Amino acid sequence: MSSNLGSMPLRYRVTIDREQCMECERCIENCSYGVFRRDGDRILINSRKCTACHRCLAYCPRDAIMLEEQPCDYRSHPVWTRAVRESIYNQARTGKIILAGMGSVANLPIIFDHLMLDACQVTTPPTDPLREPVELRTYLGKKPSKLEFRQKPNGDVELSTELTPNLMLETPIMLGHMSYGAISLNAHVAMARAARETGTYMGTGEGGLHPGLYPYQDRMIVQVASGRFGVNVDYLERGAAIELKLGQGAKPGIGGHLTGEKVSADVSRTRMIPQGSDAISPAPHHDIYGIEDLPQLVNSVKEATERKKPVFAKIAAVNNNAENVAAVARSGVDAIAIDGFRGGTGAAPRVFRDHVGIPIEVAISTADQELRNQGLRNEVSLIACGSIRESTDVVKAIALGADAVYIGTAALAAMGCRVCGNCYQGLCPWGIATQRQDLVDRLNPDVASKQIANLIHAWTLEITELMGAAGINSIESLRGNRDRLRGYMLDEGLLDILDVKSVGA
Amino acid sequence: MCGIFGVMDKRRQMMDGSGIREALSMMNERGSGEGAGYVAYGIYPDYRDCYALHVFFDKACESKAVIDATLEQWGTIEHDEAIPTCDQPNLRVNCTPWRYFFKPDASLAPGSASPEKDIVTNLVMQINASANGAEVVSSGKNVGVFKAGGSRGPGGSGGWPEDVADYYRIQDYEGYIWLAHNRYATNRPELWERPDPFNLHDWSVVENGKTTTYGANRRYVESFGYNCSTGTDSEVIAYLIDLLVRKHGLDISLAIRALAPPYWEEIDRMPEAEQNLNRALRFAYGSATMNGPFTVVAANPDMMVGFTDRGKLRPMVVGECGDRLYIASEEAAIRAMESGVESIARPAAGEPVIGRVAP
Ligand code: SF4
Ligand code: SF4
Repeated sequence: MSSNLGSMPLRYRVTIDREQCMECERCIENCSYGVFRRDGDRILINSRKCTACHRCLAYCPRDAIMLEEQPCDYRSHPVWTRAVRESIYNQARTGKIILAGMGSVANLPIIFDHLMLDACQVTTPPTDPLREPVELRTYLGKKPSKLEFRQKPNGDVELSTELTPNLMLETPIMLGHMSYGAISLNAHVAMARAARETGTYMGTGEGGLHPGLYPYQDRMIVQVASGRFGVNVDYLERGAAIELKLGQGAKPGIGGHLTGEKVSADVSRTRMIPQGSDAISPAPHHDIYGIEDLPQLVNSVKEATERKKPVFAKIAAVNNNAENVAAVARSGVDAIAIDGFRGGTGAAPRVFRDHVGIPIEVAISTADQELRNQGLRNEVSLIACGSIRESTDVVKAIALGADAVYIGTAALAAMGCRVCGNCYQGLCPWGIATQRQDLVDRLNPDVASKQIANLIHAWTLEITELMGAAGINSIESLRGNRDRLRGYMLDEGLLDILDVKSVGA
Repeated sequence: MCGIFGVMDKRRQMMDGSGIREALSMMNERGSGEGAGYVAYGIYPDYRDCYALHVFFDKACESKAVIDATLEQWGTIEHDEAIPTCDQPNLRVNCTPWRYFFKPDASLAPGSASPEKDIVTNLVMQINASANGAEVVSSGKNVGVFKAGGSRGPGGSGGWPEDVADYYRIQDYEGYIWLAHNRYATNRPELWERPDPFNLHDWSVVENGKTTTYGANRRYVESFGYNCSTGTDSEVIAYLIDLLVRKHGLDISLAIRALAPPYWEEIDRMPEAEQNLNRALRFAYGSATMNGPFTVVAANPDMMVGFTDRGKLRPMVVGECGDRLYIASEEAAIRAMESGVESIARPAAGEPVIGRVAP
């Protein structure tokens, strides 16, 4: 007997309205977790296996399936919550670290939702984006802080400052890094096509670059993480930019984690690791034990690619964020992606996901301010990521000081993901977070890319409208323009850190 | 709304303030009678080598000693006096305008490319930032700002252009460049330092408009040590121009281009070298770019310039007559001063006007 705890109360209960059900068995076919099975003339349900991925609901032609969360009550207790008790039962049984997928579930206030945007009224007219240009074009990379000119023999002056390579985005929204392995090839292809269609870029994550993505390599930001999976000079050369992953918001201080279930033959080839083995990236880069080692890595990557490509660094948002950002900005990188504590993940220890790090809103505003204080703001672009959920989050992140954002979960949701948080199981019924071919085949890259492109288009339109209403016709006029934000029910300390006034002020 | 007016004589021939008063009053429909201001270049020939500091004292008896001491730390006060004024029935005076003729001690800013101006800049920032009951409203050589606020309603304190002009006896000054501003109040009218014009040593600014980038622009200039104490656009614009032209060495036409850049679409169509230059300007000065509706007229001892936002949401009329260049919100204002004006033009959006005084 392994424990005396018996079974936990059901997390979800799935029921079928037998009046409606026509026994087409689509639920059996669609549920990769094996909740449904046929037994004689009945469809039986094992609710215990359910993850609330909604696949069966979405594909039941009769709307016969219903799902209920936490159908069984515990004795309510404000301290010993259900989550706390279940973790204890779980760990008492297994003696292990609890892994969890998707972003933080900690019920903490979301700062974005307490920031209100501004609009023009009488003293300044709004801009009408239907009739006047509103520029969202964004360049990511180093910018000169000052321009130098030289006199030509004929007396004219010409610019002598050389511009370093920048990435040009048509919209300040990029598709964030999710590795091949964590998600399927079809999901990657869909994102790559959407990036091309909308004039933006996508991150490869730390899993290397599958040959199926070579046709889109001019839209890819290739990632070098501490595990160095899939990294060679060919990989670096294929990317439009290179990102050094130094940290991740969902699990600051530890490395990436890909469960062996998802390391298929193809993934093993692309990552250069044995099939079926857990791919656990080291917590630090083993060639960076001090900040002074980072410039060497930046330089070697730049040299390897003849200084033609921007190099980004991604860090997790933690307490001394401003100091980290200022240090990274001096290392020669062209952009810094800051990942807030709500950032998504395929798999992370629950304690990290829910308890380590700081919100992206705070991280981006302290980073922007520190870079300005130190005269380094033009040295790097800032990319905000970690729970960018809608177009207003993008606008608010930029007004707090970001140049652009990465979206991850939102892009997955555009492909069908229901944020069920079971990505680490490798059974994603939507064909996204899985390598099982029959599941992967469910995701048609043509259809999925259209959905992502639609989402980016829609957000871009909304951003344009919001900027127009604020009388702003170019995105650089929004950047760091905290005057156009007001805090609603935020405490004074936080308002001070965000450098945002209260509503009414 | 607001009305702005600027006139420059290319051969430095002097104009007394009476014509400017007329011209500004012609645009009273654009104002609310709660403040106006004038700035003139060339008015202090006897002290041409001194920085003329115009200061508003809340209570001269309390603040003056502090300012005297501060200035004496950094240079020599050659002369100081109350600015001559003449009380107006419609204007409630709430401060004492004073002027200092000041010579900074350049040796106190070693290593600076323009030590005197650095000292003056720092003094202006320091005095205006602290709660000492004193505000420096102009600080250049041979130039002065004359302005006043007002308020309406019961107990209101007036402040139409004529009241302000007569209060300062504007007609007694002679200058070769004049800027003027007729204010439509939107906030805190009672503070005299708030209405335009704004000046920082060489540069003076009047604006008609309200930018949507005040916060971004302010954060940008403040990171270079400027300190915006009044929360108004023109103050930031004056500092931006000083930064771009004096500190970053941009020619005025490039500085204007940085503040009101062309659209990317236009840049994409330019020949390569020009494209590069414009892209570099937008790259370097994205945070300095002004957005929203504005027309700005700015001047320094050698030039007067006018520019609008790239959509030209506020008017700008340019007139020329002999050696005189006029930039104003309305043609009628130009005609009020120069009935025989020879040419009137309305530059397209994004087309700056730059007039230079003959060397
Ligand atoms: S796991 Fe998904 S498909 Fe299976 S029963 Fe639950 S909601 Fe339906
Ligand atoms: S990707 Fe799939 S498994 Fe992961 S949260 Fe979304 S639906 Fe669930």
